Amino acid sequence: MALLQLSEPGQSAAPHEHRLAVGIDLGTTNSLVATVRSGMAVVLSDELGRPLLPSVVRYSAAGPVEVGYSAESHQAADPKNTIASVKRFMGRGLLDIAHSESLPYDFIETEGMIKLKTAQGVKSPVEVSADILRALKDRAEAALGGALTGAVITVPAYFDDAQRQATKDAARLAGMSVLRLLNEPTAAAIAYGLDNAAEGIYAVYDLGGGTFDISILKLSKGVFQVLSTGGDSALGGDDFDHRVFCWAIEQAQLSPVSLGDARLLQMRAREAKEYLTQHGEAPITAKLSTGEFVDLKLTTEIFAEISRTLVQKTLGPTKKALRDAGLAPEDIKGVVMVGGSTRMPQIQHAVEAFFGKEPLNNLDPDKVVALGAATQANLLAGNRAAGDDWLLLDVIPLSLGIETMGGLVEKIIPRNSTIPVARAQEFTTFKDGQTALALQVVQGERELVSDCRSLARFELRGIPPMVAGAARIRVTFQVDADGLLSVAAREQTTGHEAHIEVKPSYGLSDDEITSMLKDGYNHASDDAFRRALREAQVEAQRLVEAVQSALKDDDHLLSILERAHIDSCLTKLQSVLIGDDRRAIDAAMDALSKGTAEFAARRMNQGVRRALAGRKIDEMNL
Amino acid sequence: MTSFDHETLRQDFFSLFGLPRQQGLDVERLEVLYRDIQTQVHPDKHAHLSDSDKRLAMQWSTHVNEAYQTLKDPLKRARYLLQLAGHDVRLETNTAMPTKFLLAQMELREAVVEAKDAGDADALDVLHRWLKKDLRAEYALLQQALDANALERAGELVRQLMFQEKLIHEVDDALEVIER
Repeated sequence: MALLQLSEPGQSAAPHEHRLAVGIDLGTTNSLVATVRSGMAVVLSDELGRPLLPSVVRYSAAGPVEVGYSAESHQAADPKNTIASVKRFMGRGLLDIAHSESLPYDFIETEGMIKLKTAQGVKSPVEVSADILRALKDRAEAALGGALTGAVITVPAYFDDAQRQATKDAARLAGMSVLRLLNEPTAAAIAYGLDNAAEGIYAVYDLGGGTFDISILKLSKGVFQVLSTGGDSALGGDDFDHRVFCWAIEQAQLSPVSLGDARLLQMRAREAKEYLTQHGEAPITAKLSTGEFVDLKLTTEIFAEISRTLVQKTLGPTKKALRDAGLAPEDIKGVVMVGGSTRMPQIQHAVEAFFGKEPLNNLDPDKVVALGAATQANLLAGNRAAGDDWLLLDVIPLSLGIETMGGLVEKIIPRNSTIPVARAQEFTTFKDGQTALALQVVQGERELVSDCRSLARFELRGIPPMVAGAARIRVTFQVDADGLLSVAAREQTTGHEAHIEVKPSYGLSDDEITSMLKDGYNHASDDAFRRALREAQVEAQRLVEAVQSALKDDDHLLSILERAHIDSCLTKLQSVLIGDDRRAIDAAMDALSKGTAEFAARRMNQGVRRALAGRKIDEMNL
Repeated sequence: MTSFDHETLRQDFFSLFGLPRQQGLDVERLEVLYRDIQTQVHPDKHAHLSDSDKRLAMQWSTHVNEAYQTLKDPLKRARYLLQLAGHDVRLETNTAMPTKFLLAQMELREAVVEAKDAGDADALDVLHRWLKKDLRAEYALLQQALDANALERAGELVRQLMFQEKLIHEVDDALEVIER
């Protein structure tokens, strides 16, 4: 019998420390945090054993920031300062938000992303989301007993670049290192696929509190390949609540109600909707501040009738996603249901009728996204175990294009391209001696700029002066594995790198983030300093381990001189790593990183050669 | 400069996958090879390594994606082959097409507009499938032309096929508008 190995308290069973990584489902209605413990993905509950954290934040004049259940309980009493469903505002302007008139908040109309006025000052949706993330991070660090290495945060697959960037900014503000932004349906597919050893083509139907996603994936020998995705980033359970709310107001013949009463009725509407998943009818009763009583009965039939168009609205993107993948409903092996809103019977029926098969409901629709994200986080943090050899290939949900003459869109990267993806395009100048050029990048499927969403304006400066049409400026659009865009430009005839200034249309600028971060540090600057140092040390330790392991495997790819250089960089980093000079650690890390670049390139080439050679051997053995 | 720039970018997409440089292609085999290579180079496999490793992984993965997308699609594959052979398809300048082809295309286009205006999703669906089927014969001809090294003829077929693929896109766009 093998003996169990125990390490001394406070010390891990080296050589490779288990890194604390979590998956976070930052939902419209509820958020969750999960991690992998002893090879199993588990959701981390709060001290009262509750797995969900309501995505509600309260900024009251008196107290500290409240997040979760306590904030939620003040929704009706303090509607203006209690922010719910903030995910709907991420990367959005006021005009983008449906029923904004029935929301109790004091919106501030600014250019770009909306802001909310609260008793604790003006808050951007990014800051509100950061407060939710901070609560989840505290919960995770308390449960795991240490600082997190990083997190995978999920976003709706149909989130555009502005919404993704806003989510990443929120994590940065919460002091979290983002290992990856992961699409929610893809996260669910990982959890489902690994649990059931599924192979074949699956659809994930994900209807959450505020967003709808449909993804078509091919699962084959540990590779999760997203074939296409579609959705509606402003369609979810909230809209069903709103239908019930409007129905109740109409039935009870109420004159315009106060903000608090509206909140109360919306909560009653949601309760009635949830009650209907198990029962044939649900009561809606409320006593309003005016003294009026509301006493109604909502039946399954009425609910199905008033929400019929919403259910239909999910089938359009579903058909489109199938068409993009070149598939028909009968090609789908199974439909995985995700998101609390898929509990509604009318949704279950519609999906079954469309695909001609019973949907798969064997996973908890509230938890599956967080569990999948935790699994991915564990892998990305480098906690690889045997059998963990799976890979995820995801796509960009919306086409990226640029504005050309006359307000038309030239598509650069079509939707459903596998990421990472890059495209280069050449531009030229219009006037003699022109040294700058502006590019408007849009995201969407229509031909006209006005029908797409503006992402950002890029200004290229420092183009060498030439006659009109002589400059050849090659602009490269790169979408990384998080689905985020970056742009680089180079003048081809002179090789001059053009400087790019980005003006995000809906996101926060780097300056804004920096000032928000500074505000946070002023509150706890000592703490922040220690934290940053600790993070640098952890990062450096990781790099040392990674290089050592690479040297162990592939030392033969290096000459003696090259090996000596890497060894000296390694020794240098190890010596400064234990000190508290953050700059020295950063410099030594940079030097080691540069010193191993060529080595990394050779290892990569070797990996590809081996992959191809392995395939040939496989086939000979057949 | 790292060996990524030197070795990989010089290689054509066919040699990257170790496949013969021709239009006829075993798509399933390409998929298997694609997944094998991505398993080696994808950024997720290098997320815990240094910044230069991560950058390299993104370059590689991007490159492999482009190679796969180009080879998987028969029209892109044909254009790529013509490009490798140094044959300019002259998409912008050469718009001459056989009259018979143009007449047939105009009729189809009218059918699409009609179905779109009538909001007839079923008719568009039928058109989509019919057009797809129609293309199969054309692609067979294209492969023959490329195998015989008849580049001029292949270029002509590529131009026609781009026209036809665009029409299918229009059908899809119309469907999307109706289904919304």
